[in-house]
Amino acid sequence: MTNVAVISFPGSNCDRDIITAVNHITGTQPTQYWHKETSMEKHDLVILPGGFSFGDYLRCGAIAARSPIMDEVMEHVWRGGFVLGICNGFQILTEAGILPGTLMRNKQLQFVCRDVTLSLHHSQSNAILGQCDDNRQLVIPVAHNEGNYFADPDTLKKITDKEQIALTYTNTGAANYNPNGAINDIAGVTSDNGRVLGMMPHPERKAEAIHGGVDGHYLLTSIIEAAS
Amino acid sequence: MSMEAEHTTQDQARDMGLSADEFDRICTRLGRIPNLTELGIFSAMWSEHCSYKSSRRWLKTLPTTGDQVIHGPGENAGVVDIGDGMAAVFKIESHNHPSFIEPYQGAATGVGGILRDVFTMGARPVALLNALRFGEADHPLTRHLVSGVVSGVGGYGNCIGIPTIGGETHFDASYNQNILVNAMAVGLARADRIFLSAASGLGNPVIYIGAKTGRDGIHGATMASAEFSEEDMSKRPTVQVGDPLAGKLLMEASLELMASDSVVSIQDMGAAGLTSSSVEMSSKGGMGMEIDLDQVPIREKGMTPYEIMLSESQERMLVVLKPDATERAQAIFDKWDLDFAVIGKVTDTGHLVLTSQDAVVADLPLDPLVNDAPEYDRPYDPPSTPQPADHTSLVQDMALSTALKQMMGSHFLASRRWVYEQYDRHVMADTVIESGGDAALVRVHGTNRGLAVTTDCTQRYVLADPYQGAMQAVAEAYRNITATGAKPLATTNNLNFGNPEKPAIMGQIVGAVKGMGAACSALDVPVVSGNVSLYNETDGNAISPAPVIGMIGVIDDIADTVDIAITDTGLSVYIIGQTAAANDGWLSNSVYAHVIADHDHPDAPPPVDLALEAKHGDLIRHLTKQHLVAAVHDISDGGALVALAEMVMAGQTGADITLSPDQLTHGWAFGEDQGRYLVATSDPTALEAAAAKYGVEIQKIAVTNDRQELKLGDSDIISSTELRGVFEHWLPALMESKPR
Repeated sequence: MTNVAVISFPGSNCDRDIITAVNHITGTQPTQYWHKETSMEKHDLVILPGGFSFGDYLRCGAIAARSPIMDEVMEHVWRGGFVLGICNGFQILTEAGILPGTLMRNKQLQFVCRDVTLSLHHSQSNAILGQCDDNRQLVIPVAHNEGNYFADPDTLKKITDKEQIALTYTNTGAANYNPNGAINDIAGVTSDNGRVLGMMPHPERKAEAIHGGVDGHYLLTSIIEAAS
Repeated sequence: MSMEAEHTTQDQARDMGLSADEFDRICTRLGRIPNLTELGIFSAMWSEHCSYKSSRRWLKTLPTTGDQVIHGPGENAGVVDIGDGMAAVFKIESHNHPSFIEPYQGAATGVGGILRDVFTMGARPVALLNALRFGEADHPLTRHLVSGVVSGVGGYGNCIGIPTIGGETHFDASYNQNILVNAMAVGLARADRIFLSAASGLGNPVIYIGAKTGRDGIHGATMASAEFSEEDMSKRPTVQVGDPLAGKLLMEASLELMASDSVVSIQDMGAAGLTSSSVEMSSKGGMGMEIDLDQVPIREKGMTPYEIMLSESQERMLVVLKPDATERAQAIFDKWDLDFAVIGKVTDTGHLVLTSQDAVVADLPLDPLVNDAPEYDRPYDPPSTPQPADHTSLVQDMALSTALKQMMGSHFLASRRWVYEQYDRHVMADTVIESGGDAALVRVHGTNRGLAVTTDCTQRYVLADPYQGAMQAVAEAYRNITATGAKPLATTNNLNFGNPEKPAIMGQIVGAVKGMGAACSALDVPVVSGNVSLYNETDGNAISPAPVIGMIGVIDDIADTVDIAITDTGLSVYIIGQTAAANDGWLSNSVYAHVIADHDHPDAPPPVDLALEAKHGDLIRHLTKQHLVAAVHDISDGGALVALAEMVMAGQTGADITLSPDQLTHGWAFGEDQGRYLVATSDPTALEAAAAKYGVEIQKIAVTNDRQELKLGDSDIISSTELRGVFEHWLPALMESKPR
């Protein structure tokens, strides 16, 4: 059984939601860590949840990336551990230098909360995606102010070549299919070892029937199984 | 500073919003002239905002009791039993004046304030709603205000992590200089773990928690109790600044503190800050309180006692702790990095005594502060009963589909997607039904129970007829809740009016409170909390009166809920509550009258029949519980055809209207007769049998199709895509347009 940890920062507000979703899949309660903690047990999967860590002051994720617990997360990454960062968790991972690129203010300069259609890529080459099927499209909501992914041309070429662009917003024909202006429609990227995933959409919000869809449950299940 | 050193004057009192009579009354009650700090405290406690001096006489007539009510008005929020040992805690509150002056911060702090009212009672907030009113679309301030308010509402709610799932946004010239920003919060608590504000226990420590006190918002409650004038834009510095991160930390720390068996009583520092919280806590408990102002955490040096007592800095609470709980409480606040200070103690003197630098700077008896605020029986002119507009002169010669398109693209009915997509509607992962339909609905976390929530008010009806209009607001909220399958339980209200010192405005208030009372009694939805916002006037022009209703309801099993989307074809669509004979509906003061007939006049609104509302509500709940209907929508603004269009657009289907051509009148399509719903069913026989059993008139009007079009009779066809185009176009186009 996959042993999952969830890290909470001051201002994290999706920690309970991801804990609930993980619990439905694994049948066990993930271990919760507070940002001030300086030691962490060994876990198969560490999740950085969404929210507004430190109020998004300075830059989204910038202060959280320098929290005491992040030394432990970094060590977990060096050991080849699996990490999932959702929304603010993705921002923290880029601020910590664990994932390439950065997340800028949405192009339309407004918070955006709605369902988006996502395409999966390179599930075979990214260990964290496990049994995910690249042919399956996912409908999962976003909710963010700063989800506009950007990377310089060299980085972009590198993550493209190394198959690290794991999730993109699918061009459904709708004018606003890309909710934030992200370069190359990027919604999620992985680390070069394929074991750390950062994504803007919230899979825990499409995790049971009352959410109007279970594509998030599908993705989370694959990730949890991959990490076991 | 000695107390005798500074005597105040009538002029100073007037600057604080107190009349000469009220100043004399204070001096008589005290037996002396108050000093500046004391006068400031009196002016805040006796302001309209805190004392309800103009409205109290009428508010007392509202129904506030019922088997479901645990705590009615008088606490920070109303508390209602929702079954299984759980309680819903909820309230609506206005932040109108600050939002006009500084829209982002005004709206954000409005949301923060109402959230504190809810979690201060021990409840975890689970839903946010709002009711917004802006000026006409092409007024030069409107886009600036819409943009700022919407991002402020979202800015606070999104960050603190409570879903904003319901609300309404309307545009009307009467709000050009006085917008309305009403925010509602709903929370959940164990029914036996509700925290109240009455202080008790002689010598118990009084602690201050949360953010530091600054000079922001000084005398906000007084600002909220006077008319606006052009110079008021200079009042910008009195608008409070919100910090949603501090709000989130304070919420988590407060809930943790309340779970730790440390708290005697607790109250947030909302309007009039430390003044109202200390006065109300000690007076409710029949005690007194001593506060050492030097212990209050302050943000800037040199703050006077007056400033500390009148500051409305956000994210602060006052708590009376159990005698041995200080260390335990301190540890919790250290964990969350929040200020925590013992600032005083509970006494039995019946006085609020403030000290600074070892001297007494204010010493006020609580009784006159709380109980001797004047209660005015303000003279009022009962509004005259309006006549309905002449029906035939309203009806225009155009195809139904043409009229429908114009109406769906008007400011009355156009999609509010531009607004609600800026609100996080999914955080907490319990959202079952979100914005865009009738009521929204959240799951009670960890159970199958659901809580339905809505806000409503049709101000053009209230302007024409305050009594009927306020009844209609209650009735529509009741239908919104009912349309999800839930049972309406209780009400909170936000009375937004002009200057009550004018008999015509006072007449609106009296009429609306009477209508609201009648409807809440008849539909068994007692008023358990509320807020009054008067003086919404600028340069003598009052707003259209808006007695906004917030309502909650409960459903035992979320598997029994329905929403407005018709997703299947071949379903039969019925109007519930429609007689076949009444095919020419009520167009007077309808959206049709305003948009199509261009008849912008406060004619009589549709009358409300409360007995029918209750009966039809019972039938809808029966149909949803028995799973006899696939979709339900309340018929309100725009009438039956608009409701049907909304249902097929939401479900990406279409419908063939099966009425005969002579029945397809504009009155039938767009009449706003009350007490009606539209339902779609795959089992017409069972539906008709149920309606007969309940004695409710129904009319079959359509069969749903998969052609994404509405077919009205033989030749009048409009595609859902075209309709959606105009429906979704208006608000984004407005917000992207260049300043005029």
